[in-house]
Amino acid sequence: MRPGEEWVAFKMAERGGRGSGGHGSLDKSITLPPDEIFRNLENAKRFAIDIGGSLTKLAYYSTVQHKVARVRSFDHSGKDIENEPLYEISVQEEITARLHFIKFENTYIETCLDFIKDHLVNTETKVIKATGGGAYKFKDLIEKKLGLKVDKEDVMTCLIKGCNFVLRNIPHEVFAYQKDSDTEFRFQTNHPNIFPYLLVNIGSGVSIVKVETEDKFEWIGGSSIGGGTFWGLGALLTKTKKFDELLQLASKGQHTNVDMLVKDVYGGAYQTLGLSGNLIASSFGKSTTADKEFSKEDMAKSLLHMISNDIGQLACLHAKLHNLDKIYFGGFFIRGHPVTMRTITYSINFFSKGEVQALFLRHEGYLGAIGAFLKGAEQDNPNQYSWGENYAGSSGLMSTSPDVYPMQRTRSGTFDMLEMDRLERPLVNLPLLKDPSAYIPDTVDLTDDAMARKYWLTCFEEALDGVAKRAAASQPDSVDALERAEKFRQKYWNKLQTLRQQPFAYGTLTVRSLLDTREHCLNEFNFPDPYSKVKQKENGIALKCFQSVIESLDSLGWEERQFALVKGLLAGNVFDWGAKAVSDQWLERLKGPPHKCALIFADNSGIDIILGVFPFVRELLSRGTEVILACNSGPALNDVTYSESLIVTERIAAMDPVIQSALREEKLLLVQTGSSSPCLDLSRLDKGLAVLVRERKTDLVIIEGMGRAIHTNYYAALKCESLKLAVIKNSWLADRLGGKIFSVIFKYEVPCK
Amino acid sequence: MPAFIQMGSEKHFSSLHTTLCATGGGAYKFEQDFRTMGDLQLCKLDELDCLIKGVLYIDSVGFNGHSECYYFENPTDAERCQKLPFNLENPYPLLLVNIGSGVSILAVYSKENYKRVTGTSLGGGTFFGLCCLLTGCSTFEEALEMASHGDSTKVDKLVRDIYGGDYERFGLPGWAVASSFGNMMSKEKRESVSKEDLAKATLITITNNIGSIARMCALNENINRVVFVGNFLRINTISMRLLAYALDYWSKGQLKALFLEHE
Repeated sequence: MRPGEEWVAFKMAERGGRGSGGHGSLDKSITLPPDEIFRNLENAKRFAIDIGGSLTKLAYYSTVQHKVARVRSFDHSGKDIENEPLYEISVQEEITARLHFIKFENTYIETCLDFIKDHLVNTETKVIKATGGGAYKFKDLIEKKLGLKVDKEDVMTCLIKGCNFVLRNIPHEVFAYQKDSDTEFRFQTNHPNIFPYLLVNIGSGVSIVKVETEDKFEWIGGSSIGGGTFWGLGALLTKTKKFDELLQLASKGQHTNVDMLVKDVYGGAYQTLGLSGNLIASSFGKSTTADKEFSKEDMAKSLLHMISNDIGQLACLHAKLHNLDKIYFGGFFIRGHPVTMRTITYSINFFSKGEVQALFLRHEGYLGAIGAFLKGAEQDNPNQYSWGENYAGSSGLMSTSPDVYPMQRTRSGTFDMLEMDRLERPLVNLPLLKDPSAYIPDTVDLTDDAMARKYWLTCFEEALDGVAKRAAASQPDSVDALERAEKFRQKYWNKLQTLRQQPFAYGTLTVRSLLDTREHCLNEFNFPDPYSKVKQKENGIALKCFQSVIESLDSLGWEERQFALVKGLLAGNVFDWGAKAVSDQWLERLKGPPHKCALIFADNSGIDIILGVFPFVRELLSRGTEVILACNSGPALNDVTYSESLIVTERIAAMDPVIQSALREEKLLLVQTGSSSPCLDLSRLDKGLAVLVRERKTDLVIIEGMGRAIHTNYYAALKCESLKLAVIKNSWLADRLGGKIFSVIFKYEVPCK
Repeated sequence: MPAFIQMGSEKHFSSLHTTLCATGGGAYKFEQDFRTMGDLQLCKLDELDCLIKGVLYIDSVGFNGHSECYYFENPTDAERCQKLPFNLENPYPLLLVNIGSGVSILAVYSKENYKRVTGTSLGGGTFFGLCCLLTGCSTFEEALEMASHGDSTKVDKLVRDIYGGDYERFGLPGWAVASSFGNMMSKEKRESVSKEDLAKATLITITNNIGSIARMCALNENINRVVFVGNFLRINTISMRLLAYALDYWSKGQLKALFLEHE
């Protein structure tokens, strides 16, 4: 089988008696690979379905079991302390909650419902929330097949609820479309406050809704000239039956053959009013004088412009009346079609003279299903949680253009998926960010920068074999480790290929997203922590050296010690310790009054944390500065995790009175970051950390390591002093940042008053 | 136009020694032709200036003693619909909607002070052009005649077709059009409608859209009187009455649609 063609040959049994109920057109039998689509059905609950004119979106909430590496301190009484490992690693089953959304054509609905029923084993669910025009038409079928009662919900309410949810929870959800630049898709940072906004839904008709709060929204206008008009008139004029075909025709047409332009009326521009000669004066206005037939392509294009311009104009008039400058567009007319996004964007720009922005949503097609689901899940209060997109299970934004990677096109033509993991703890902004609404964690935008993108994608491709091998090797006692490692390799490989063709598939492409996707894929195949044993060993060794390192540091002179401490933080990976690596500014600052409280984002396990971070922490504590040590909530590469840090600190405290008393007096605090990534997004941090930062009046933030200080946050602006430290171990990046490989980055920044 | 200029040349218009004032887009486009073929010099005047002066002049002169300007009472009721005069003595501010091949919308604040607010390319030319393509008609009169006999509700998808009645949540009555030509997405329905139905639907769609844009402009400019003029409305009572009704209904009586006898 070629990569990607992992369809398990799973033919659904032909059902007899097809003449019943006029469902003849629904009978498409289809191969449904059970571990690819409709995953985790066994414990599924809270179903919701949104049935549109041609597409159905199904949503359900279920639990996913996967393996997690847990660390536990040993009880040392009477045991052989010298040779015993530092802590015990146990692999346990953990259950996380996940939202699944699947999109497929209505023709497959019966087959899908049967499949679901067969796999739905442990559910107590009695009800399925339904919305969309087709909810009425398919009600009986759903009730019969699934044995659930259909509970209808208003479509606009679902749409808005869904929209609010994605705007709040999915980073890089919103984008603007620019045809004539290198990056067609420009993703926007999610603003912390999403209200008020204008949502223009272009389905058969157009609805314009102003959304003011989570629960308060108002239909402020609409238009009957929408997607249905394009489809209906298009079908009448060109005899083309399918919507997508009409769009294809339009993309090849010349509307100037059909429309009357300003220059056709005036012989040029209408100067007095500044109307350019190329503007359309009258759509389909040329019909009257032509003595030959128009081509289908030209008519389709003219129709597209006519309708897009009209919608854009009306939307701008409403935006002006309500003083809004952002309009989100949704509905099947848009549905990721570059042609319609382009014409709508152009229209909005024209009629608002560039003051209003046309914006689109990555998960636009799922809004109704998400909303219907949320209505049903109100008891669970989903908004109190934070959610993260599971890149391993989500299809990503698929273009429907013909030149898309062929494998993806067949896949997306049938099924499209979105998975969202419920995060255990809510995530918030770091209070010390200078301007949260302008904060972009990533240093390099790979969607924007084609050369950088090619470099990094190749990098990750080349490293993949090694990662897969290491994953398999980390579970020597498991019988299927090799098989799973191979599946992981395939899956991640496919993702990389998708991203080569469609860099915008998951929003802005960054080194962070590539790293995170890899972690999601590893988790998917039960490799939650491939470095766990390596970390354990290194931690053990490092601890043994701790005391002697402290002794030698204590014996140095003050200034020499500061240099040595910084060197230690860089984990001694310095081959070319340049003269001015540690800035004078930092040394000067250290001669001044001690900081009140420092927040340190730790990087690697082993030598880095024990022999680098801890001595530094110790120095800060000795000066009277409190320290908050923040470590990853979940494992990533060989980064130290929160649970590991607890054990390590306990052991160090047993050896060192400074650390011990700091712990006791709560001057040294250990927290989790809320992240399971090698990078750091300061806008999505564990709420507990944020609260502590405020309470303790943190005035110094230290970020160390390539992932956290270079791939992300290199340009981050904070309200307080900050120190960003790393050794660049990648020659491309070194070059990009103006240095050499193994250059030291030591960025000490003080905010301007 | 060339035939007309030729005729003018044959009839020696150029010897009349009177200035020929011309307006409209063609004044620019055909200026050269007038000079070379007809030996006539045109005095070009801006079309919108002329439009406004014309509107104000005609109203001041009156129409055989009757008022030039009028409005419709009970526009959708065939029995009770009445044309009533409207006094345009204090006309400002006024929203002027000129519906020719395309549409221009002007806000007029005084005799000398006006601005073009916006326009739309979905105008009379669109109605006629689409009608010709859909029904095979060849004149504007023919198109209107067909439309007057058609039923647009067969072609359009109404709110009640989708929701089974009114959509109360949004305050939309069941009779409102949800999607113009929306029923034409279905092959069966495409084959069951008549040319007259299609012509009517085209007329309704264009008219409603103009009304909608005019209404939004009136709101944004804070003007409550909208005068509709232009060739599209010549002998087109259906559109006039529809504009009158739509403006009144959707603005809850705040806006008034006005018309002129010599549009």
